[in-house]
Amino acid sequence: MELEPVELPPQGAPIVDIRKLWTVFKTEEKRFVVHQDLDLTVKRGEILSIVGGSGTGKTVLLRQILGLETPTQGEIEVMGQSVAELGRKGAASRIGMLFQHGALFSAFSALENVAFPLRELKTLPPPLVREAAMVKLQMVGLKPEDADKMPADLSGGMVKRAALARALVMDPPLLLLDEPTAGLDPEASEGFVSLLRSLHRDLELTVIMVTHDLDTLFELSTRIAVLADKRVIVSGPPKDVIAFQHPFIHDFFLGERGQRAMELLREYPFAV
Amino acid sequence: MQESVPRLEQQPAAEGAQLRVLGRWTAAQFGTPRLLRKVSAELASADVQQGWDLTHAEQIDHVGAQLLWDRWGGQWPQHVDLLPAQRAVLDRVARYTVAPPRPKRTSWLRSYLALGEAILRAGGHIRSFVLLTGQLALNLVRLGKAPHEGPWRDFSGHLYRIGATALPITALVGFLIGVVLAYLTARQLRQFGADAYIVNILGVALIRELGPMLAAILIAGRSGSSITAQIGVMRVTDELDAMSVMGISHSFRLVMPRAMALAVAMPLISIWTTCCSLAGGMIAADISLGITPRFFMHALPEAVQVDTLVLASSKSVVFGLLIALVGCHFGLRVKPNTQSLGEGTTASVVTSITVVILVDALFAVLFKDVGI
Repeated sequence: MELEPVELPPQGAPIVDIRKLWTVFKTEEKRFVVHQDLDLTVKRGEILSIVGGSGTGKTVLLRQILGLETPTQGEIEVMGQSVAELGRKGAASRIGMLFQHGALFSAFSALENVAFPLRELKTLPPPLVREAAMVKLQMVGLKPEDADKMPADLSGGMVKRAALARALVMDPPLLLLDEPTAGLDPEASEGFVSLLRSLHRDLELTVIMVTHDLDTLFELSTRIAVLADKRVIVSGPPKDVIAFQHPFIHDFFLGERGQRAMELLREYPFAV
Repeated sequence: MQESVPRLEQQPAAEGAQLRVLGRWTAAQFGTPRLLRKVSAELASADVQQGWDLTHAEQIDHVGAQLLWDRWGGQWPQHVDLLPAQRAVLDRVARYTVAPPRPKRTSWLRSYLALGEAILRAGGHIRSFVLLTGQLALNLVRLGKAPHEGPWRDFSGHLYRIGATALPITALVGFLIGVVLAYLTARQLRQFGADAYIVNILGVALIRELGPMLAAILIAGRSGSSITAQIGVMRVTDELDAMSVMGISHSFRLVMPRAMALAVAMPLISIWTTCCSLAGGMIAADISLGITPRFFMHALPEAVQVDTLVLASSKSVVFGLLIALVGCHFGLRVKPNTQSLGEGTTASVVTSITVVILVDALFAVLFKDVGI
């Protein structure tokens, strides 16, 4: 089967375009509207963070961008194609996804996990696959000695790194992260954030992430989109978002926890 | 699409005798069948020492860069024209490429050590199985002292799931085996005119051997595997550890109710299976030999002593206990990954069926004088 390359939009042009999105969950007696006429555009080269209270459908939105779930209504275009088109063979070369708990295949070693998408192409010789996976594994800060360890023997931070290497093995231009630093201790989480920042710069990635961690949010994001009232109430650079008047934003950023993280905002004036 | 196909192009000497790298050198492109073989052939015939020009390539990702780097023999060629982004990719590949590990050689020593390991592993299995059995005995004593503390809800749940829900399938299998056995023996018996003895043959064979065995093998496949999978998943999701932290013993809370439920359910299912197979045999005997059910029912108590029934039922209790213990044993040994869960479940079913047949043979030898 011919794998058609996806045309990348130029730097700064929309890479993900969500228009008039409705998501409705039906249970036996009730109907929950999660998203109502939600619009969101992600431009190439951005690091967009999606924040919102629990139950506002952040992870659902990520899953819809990936094509794992179908919205009730509305359209999602990724790199100018509808999401259904993207799920074909070789999807790993278009979008990389880092799941919250890594989702490493527990029956494979770290290296085999990273090599999996390449091996499944069935055309690359095993030595090349091994070398390419090894390069990615070290790029995310794992050592060659860790390559043959099983996921059960890796620490939480190493699992995330291995999962990131797997997401990036085919050099996709778009990377999705679900709670990248959840479950990591502060030191590991700081290391992971700086790794993400350097990868974003080196590989010219576009990153969409969902996070609750304010440190991560302020250190990485070039833009923040706030989900509340079933839609994106505001999106823009962190400073503009904080200035926006809304009860959720007030509680989320300007509470005690927020004040501490805001210190960082002064230290890192939006690197990237 | 022609432009994006990865390829090499030799530039004429007038333009500096360079080798031009063209197209998209990406993993997705190399996913096209047979393309890589062509590119590899082009690469192999290329002269590394002449200049390389990568600046006209549409895209080079890490896999493409790896391919070039490997051709260059792991070092930069003398002349190479690169864009800054391409240099960054190649730099990373250069920095992180490690020599492949030497394949492990199989030697006598290694296979000798592997043998020792296998023996130790088998010893470990036996040791932890004995431990599990001993713990079950201790827990039964504890339960006897304080019956109100027992996990009775669990017990009744397992009794239903292992026993009641297995009734249809065991009935069907038992009935069919009874029919088959009756037809086969009827042909032989008719040659000798010993038609009436079909009752004896069916009675002894089904009640003493086939009924309990069939039931045990079906339950081993059905419930032994589910016990292993249940406990194994609890290991994978840390539930077992959570239980230990609360100070609740796995043996008391997980193993004992299952073992008790199987010990109670197994003889009952065995009797049920036997009854169904006798019914099958009776019908087949009526059709093929003209032996009426009335005669069959009348002759059966004379052909089969009560001792046989007692032996069959007590055998079933042992089978039930063994199936539960083997299931729990493999479940508790599952390591937290999917591979181990699958292996554990398979091993559990195979072992429990083997153990049931072995123990049945043991019973046959030990009690060869009872009830016949």
